[in-house]
Amino acid sequence: MINTWRKLFSKHESIRAYTLLSPALILVILAMASPLLLMVLTSFHTQVSMMEIDSTLTLDRYADFFSRPVYSTLLFRSIKISFLVTLVTLLTTYPLAYYIAFYVKKNKMLWIVLMTLPFWTSYLLRVFSWRVILGHKGVINSALMFSGAIDEPLSFLIYSQTAVVLTLAHAWAAFAILPLYVSLDKIDKSLLEASYDLGCSKFQTFWRVTFPLSLPGVIGAILIIFIPTVGDYVTPQLVGGTDGRMLSNMIQSLFGRANNFPLGAASAVLMLLSVSFVALVVTYITKKVSLRMS
Amino acid sequence: MYKKNNTLLLYSIIYFAFLYIPVMLLPIFSFNDAIHMVFPLKGFTFKWYDQMIHSSRLHKALMNSIKVGLVASVFSTFIALLAAKAFTRYKVRFHQLSYGAILLPFVIPEIIIAVALIVIWTGMGFQLGLVPVTISHILFCTPFCLLILISRMEGFDKNLEEAAMDLGENAWGTFWRVTFPLVLPAVIASLLLSFVISFDEFILAFFLSSSDQTLPMYMWGQMRFPKKLPHVLALGAVIIVVTSLLVIISYWLRNLGNPSGKKSKIGGI
Repeated sequence: MINTWRKLFSKHESIRAYTLLSPALILVILAMASPLLLMVLTSFHTQVSMMEIDSTLTLDRYADFFSRPVYSTLLFRSIKISFLVTLVTLLTTYPLAYYIAFYVKKNKMLWIVLMTLPFWTSYLLRVFSWRVILGHKGVINSALMFSGAIDEPLSFLIYSQTAVVLTLAHAWAAFAILPLYVSLDKIDKSLLEASYDLGCSKFQTFWRVTFPLSLPGVIGAILIIFIPTVGDYVTPQLVGGTDGRMLSNMIQSLFGRANNFPLGAASAVLMLLSVSFVALVVTYITKKVSLRMS
Repeated sequence: MYKKNNTLLLYSIIYFAFLYIPVMLLPIFSFNDAIHMVFPLKGFTFKWYDQMIHSSRLHKALMNSIKVGLVASVFSTFIALLAAKAFTRYKVRFHQLSYGAILLPFVIPEIIIAVALIVIWTGMGFQLGLVPVTISHILFCTPFCLLILISRMEGFDKNLEEAAMDLGENAWGTFWRVTFPLVLPAVIASLLLSFVISFDEFILAFFLSSSDQTLPMYMWGQMRFPKKLPHVLALGAVIIVVTSLLVIISYWLRNLGNPSGKKSKIGGI
C-alpha cells in the first residue's frame, strides 16, 4: 500500500503538487466553502423562535428582504458608498503611484514602504481616529473654535455618507497604491519615448500609452477595494450615523439582537451576489475601454 | 525617465500628510492631560499609560490576542509554504483555479466569512470562542503568506535545488537544507506579518469570539465610554509603534540577501 503510494508519488508531478497543496485546499474547503454553502442553505430556512429554525426550504426570506424597503435601501447604499470609495481612492492615489513610478529615482522602496505602512497599523484605530477628527467635539471643530473661525461646532462633518467615504478612502489607500505602482513601473519606458518621438504631447502620451498600459493595476485596485468595502462594518458604525448605515450593520443585528439567522444569511447572500455582479461588470467595461483605447 | 515635476511632488507630500496625520493623532493625545481629544492640548502626562498597565481585563485580552496570533501565524505560514512550493516548483493542474481559491478569502468581505462561520459552528453545536476566531484568522492570513512566500521562491535560482538533487539529496533533504534556508527570511516576514494581521483583526473576532475578548474587541468596548478613552489612546499608541516596528523588520527581511538581487516584486504585500 505504502509502496504503491510512493511509486505514484514519485511518478506523477500532479500528485506531489496536490499533496503539498492539500492543507491549503482543505482549509479553504472546510473553513470557507462549506460554511458559505451552509449559509446559502440557511437563507432558505425560517426562524421560528429564539432557538428554533424550521428547515423547510422556502424563498420567503428573499421576499422579506425585498418587501421591506430598508433592506434594499441599505444594499444599494452599501454599493454606492463602495463605488464612491473606489473612485475616490483611485483618483487620489493614481498621481502618487505615477510620481513614484516615473519621477522617484532613489529609494523607491522607501516610498512604497512609507505609503503602505499606515495600512498595517490597526484598522480599528485608524477608523477611530477619523471619528475623533470629525466629531462634534473633535479635532477639527475644537481647533476651528479655538482659532475663532467658527462659534458653533460644524455638525455636518461626522455621521454622514461623506464621512464614511472619506474614512474608507483613507483606510484602503495602500490597496490602490500597490497595484497601480506595480503596473506603472512595469511599463517599458521606450514606448513613452517612441510616443514623444512620433509627436505626441505629454497629455496624449498619458491617455494613449501610459493609462491603457496601467489598466491591469486599475482593475486590480478596483476589485481589491470595491469587494471588501461593501461589507464594511466598523466605519459606518463609528462615523456613519443613521445616514451612513450600511447593510453589514443590519446583518450584524440579525445575527445578534434581532436573532434571525435565515434573514441574516439571505442578506449576506444578496450582498455577495451583487458585489460579484458589479465586480464582473466593472472588469468587463474596463477591459472593453482598454481595447478601444489601444 | 522624467526629470522633475514639482506639482506631483507637492501633491505626494500632501497625500502623505493625509495618510499619516490621522494615525499620529492618537499617540499625540495619549500624552495629553485631558479626557477629551480637543485642541488646545493641556499638559503632558504619563497617567493614561499607567492606567493602561494596571487594567486586568486588558491583560487578559492581550494574552488572548497573542495566543490567537501565534497559532494563526504559524499555521498559515506553514500551509502557505507548502502551497508556495507546489505553485513554484511543480506543474499544477488547474493551477489558476487552486491559486484563486486559496487567495479568495483575501477579497471576500470579512463579514460574510464571519457570518458563514457562525452558521456552521453553532449549527454543529459548538460554542463560539477563540477556536473559531483562530480558524478564521488562519484562513484570512494564508493568502498574504502565500504571496510573500511565492515572490521569494520565484526570486532564487532553481539550479541550486537541482544541484542538491544531482549530488544525491532526496526531495525532503533538498527542501530542508537548500530551499528552506534560502526562503527563511520570507518565512520570518510571513510569520511577523500574519501575526500583525491577526493581532489587529476585528470583525472576525467580534462575530466569532462571544465572551473571550481579543485586544481590538477590548478597545471597541472601551471606545464608547469617554472616561475610558484616554487609556485606549495609550494602548493604541503602543500598538501602532510595535506593529510598525514588526512590519519594518519584515520588509527588511524580505529584501535581505535576496539571491536574485532583485527587489521584492510586489512592493509592500
